[in-house]
Amino acid sequence: MSLAFDEYGRPFIIIREQERKSRVKGIEAVKASIMAAKSVARTLRSSLGPKGMDKMLQSPDGDVTITNDGATILEMMEVENQIGKLMVELSKSQDHEIGDGTTGVVVLAGALLDHAEALLDMGMHPLRIAEGYEMACKVATENLDKIKTRFDFSKEDIEPLVKVCMTTLSSKVVGRLKRPMAEICVKAVLAVADLERRDVNLDLIKVEGKVGGKMEDTRLVEGIVIDKEFSHPQMPKQLKDVKVAILTCPFEPPKPKTKHKVDIDTVEKFEALRDAEKAYFTDMVQRCKDSGAELVICQWGFDDEANHLLMHQNLPAVRWVGGVEIELLAMATGARIVPRFQELTADKLGFAGSVKEVGFGTTKDRMLVIEGCPNLKAVTIFVRGGNRMVLDEIKRSLHDAICVARNLVRDNAIVYGGGAAEVSCGLAVEEAADKVTGVEHYAMRAFADALSAVPLALAENSGLPPIESLTAIKKRQLEESNPYLGIDCNDTGTNDMREQGVFETVLGKKQQLFLATQVCKMILKIDDVIKPSEFD
Amino acid sequence: MAMSQQSGILHQGATEERGENARMASFVGAVAVADLVKSTLGPKGMDKILQSMSRGQEVTITNDGATILKSIYVDNPAAKVLVDISKVQDDEVGDGTTSVVVFAGELLREAEQLVNAKVHPMTIIAGYREACDCARGVLETGAFSHAPDTEAFRQDLLNIAKTTLSSKILTSDKEYFANLAVDAILRLKGSANLEAIHIIKKTGGTLHESFLDEGFILDKKIGVGQPKRIENAKILVANTPMDTDKIKIYGARVRVDSMAKVAEIEAAEKEKMREKVRSIISHGINCFINRQLIYNLPEEMFADAGIMAIEHADFDGIERLALVLGGEIVSTFDDPEAVRLGTCKLIEEIMIGEDRLIHFSGVALGEACTIVLRGASSHILDEAERSLHDALCVLKETVSDSRVVYGGGWPEIRMARAVEELASKTPGKKALAMEAFARALRALPATICDNAGLDSADIVATLKAAHGADPASRMGVDVVRGEAGDMQELGIFESFRVRQQVLLSGTEASEIILRVDDIIKCAPRQRG
Repeated sequence: MSLAFDEYGRPFIIIREQERKSRVKGIEAVKASIMAAKSVARTLRSSLGPKGMDKMLQSPDGDVTITNDGATILEMMEVENQIGKLMVELSKSQDHEIGDGTTGVVVLAGALLDHAEALLDMGMHPLRIAEGYEMACKVATENLDKIKTRFDFSKEDIEPLVKVCMTTLSSKVVGRLKRPMAEICVKAVLAVADLERRDVNLDLIKVEGKVGGKMEDTRLVEGIVIDKEFSHPQMPKQLKDVKVAILTCPFEPPKPKTKHKVDIDTVEKFEALRDAEKAYFTDMVQRCKDSGAELVICQWGFDDEANHLLMHQNLPAVRWVGGVEIELLAMATGARIVPRFQELTADKLGFAGSVKEVGFGTTKDRMLVIEGCPNLKAVTIFVRGGNRMVLDEIKRSLHDAICVARNLVRDNAIVYGGGAAEVSCGLAVEEAADKVTGVEHYAMRAFADALSAVPLALAENSGLPPIESLTAIKKRQLEESNPYLGIDCNDTGTNDMREQGVFETVLGKKQQLFLATQVCKMILKIDDVIKPSEFD
Repeated sequence: MAMSQQSGILHQGATEERGENARMASFVGAVAVADLVKSTLGPKGMDKILQSMSRGQEVTITNDGATILKSIYVDNPAAKVLVDISKVQDDEVGDGTTSVVVFAGELLREAEQLVNAKVHPMTIIAGYREACDCARGVLETGAFSHAPDTEAFRQDLLNIAKTTLSSKILTSDKEYFANLAVDAILRLKGSANLEAIHIIKKTGGTLHESFLDEGFILDKKIGVGQPKRIENAKILVANTPMDTDKIKIYGARVRVDSMAKVAEIEAAEKEKMREKVRSIISHGINCFINRQLIYNLPEEMFADAGIMAIEHADFDGIERLALVLGGEIVSTFDDPEAVRLGTCKLIEEIMIGEDRLIHFSGVALGEACTIVLRGASSHILDEAERSLHDALCVLKETVSDSRVVYGGGWPEIRMARAVEELASKTPGKKALAMEAFARALRALPATICDNAGLDSADIVATLKAAHGADPASRMGVDVVRGEAGDMQELGIFESFRVRQQVLLSGTEASEIILRVDDIIKCAPRQRG
């Protein structure tokens, strides 16, 4: 009891407002957690696969997002339940690690928990179930290694990569244009990829968008697009072969960090200060000019006077450029970022082949396109779309496709999609289960069943009879021992995923299995949930 | 409506709607918005009164789809998608803002029926996409261009302007305003910079008294005691403080120990200002236009020097002025030789109604012009400006892409026919979606008829038959006579770009709404 008495016999409370705290214990707690996790998974289930549906999410401020990207849905739906938050984290970590398969991992975890519930009803200890899952997961990942195939591509032959990206994009809103979009993504990734080290720095690919126009107008800019315009309306709108200076200091008189006062008590001082101020501006602009720069890109603002001086000196300038863009620009143009005017020298300048300001539609929006940089290691995908929601969704889709291409560059092992890998793993786990005695046997069987949740959901979303399609594939995989058979979502008439060209990376698939198993284990281990009373 | 609230998963106050419910909610919302603007479509469309929620309760009267949708407060997420596309249509091509919403609404209305008939939304989308591609092809083949022939092209432009204006308040004077708009656009010589066209609204008079001025009119006053009329003006366009030139060095302040010193510093400040004015005058100018205020002291000095000084020309004004006069915007005055001055033949003060404005004529950049709108009330003027803006945007698009199509529902009927043909060759359920697409296309001319109080079924059927009999038919809705008519003879033309954008955006929006099967609304943020 949480009530005690002190030495004077007065009662005092150890846990405040005991009765208003909710507390669930033992098997009830596990079941409550499973319930919560399942309901999150259920929301995502219908978004899986090429025929998956979108979700419309309205934020607290009334903004609308339409997406079928699992990680985005979960992030935006503001899950409050703690277990639900675990699922959100799960999807996020898949997103950070792999960038694709964020829906699949949640669906899989939901299915695993679903089956665990049945086992709990049989009276099994949650931890034994978790152990069984762990064993099964190991078998499944080993099986993935067995069925994986190498996938060859080179800088010249991008066709295979394009195909993989097309698989990813087919489930998104850009499905209509998956071919050109996939090409854009692959080209972008290959442009920045370091094939020697097998690494891709995704920071070098920027996805910029502007509402309006057609999706078809989306293009790859071999350079950088920044959402800014020249600081003075009368500066030239187009520059060719310019030397670029990148500054992170404002065109203003210096502002020392130390608090200080400049006291003016005589007319002479007043005059001197005036002249000093004027000198600052001319000096700054002169330094830029002297270094040989032909374009100044500044992270901060300029004063009107400085602005005019720049324009007067024929020195086009861009102000208020964000930190990320500054870094990208520095990388692309080969310029050094200069923090002080004194340090600006000719060898710190970068080079750009063409800089131009482009306008859109009837509004006054303008953007700067910087191309022809010596270091082609930074590219921008410039997206157009009918409205803001489409645009955001295209950006998310392209991000997924880029991630897939990157994963292939990192590790070119693949397995076949459309649920083929899951079915094959399920069969392998079932076979292994037969060799295990004890409670784990059941757990492993449950794992195998849970794996079929992905192909089931795929078939269901594609409007196929789920049970029939799944069992048919299972049977054929067993008979032909052919791990390439999956659900025919696009109604092309063949179940062979090799012919359809539906791949997924082994890396992503393994990560899905690991993460889902881990989360299950974690949820199964919880046996007491104490929630404080709500704040009023 | 049944709201399935998941207990404890989402925040309190959040709702989630799934499957059928979600779909129904988005259909209902989208169709409601489309129906809202539907009655404004076409030459006989009606206007809406919008009363703002803010304190002034300002009233706007308009039939511009984008303006209506921008002003209404929508809570339904699907409806927001439609509001958004209408806004984008406005930004992108400037006209067709109502058509695109009505079209998307019709597509969704048709889709709802198909969903009820157990067609999967993805199948509908696939059908719509193919139909849209087909329709676009037809639209492209149906478009024609007269760009090489200046006379014919001007006629095209006039017709387009008239068609656009006919659905607006300017319809009674459409001939007049179409000429006005075309003249203004042709002055731009294809530079497509609408900023060079300046629209000034002055209440009083009638719409018919509106005029196009070849020079530039600035709605500002000339300083006291300065010349009111300057010939062969040399103009300095500046953006500089003309009150007291503050010291920008951080932390500077005046600290003195006697009144005398204050006076000295004040005198120094004044001297500074004088110097500045002198250096401005030394540019050899006779007109000075500043973006910021000009205080009495410099104003007096300018007056003494016989220079016209105009203060407080706002930012847009100054940019436009610099563009028009061909000068540069100046902020420092130490190097008079290198500064490019603006020039014009004549600056004078003119009267429009009660107001005095400054008129620049014979400007360097022949592209610029000003349209002065006159009208009985500010509401009429606002609506007239919106209408004129639409017309200018469409004309601008047409100048950059000279292809035109007939109006009056001609492209829709033609596209619908091609889509139906495609449907008859397509196996499977997709064909149903294509037929629905064709019906949605036909709903546009039908709405135009309905709004004009005509028998839409009869006219659309006649048009359908006419196009069926002769693929090259030019028949469309003739609202004035209330029957099918030859669009070429009636001179009803529309810009190809606008029509294409309506088709693409409408399909895209309906697709994105169709794909939704779950609506999650987060709990609204508590506002203090």
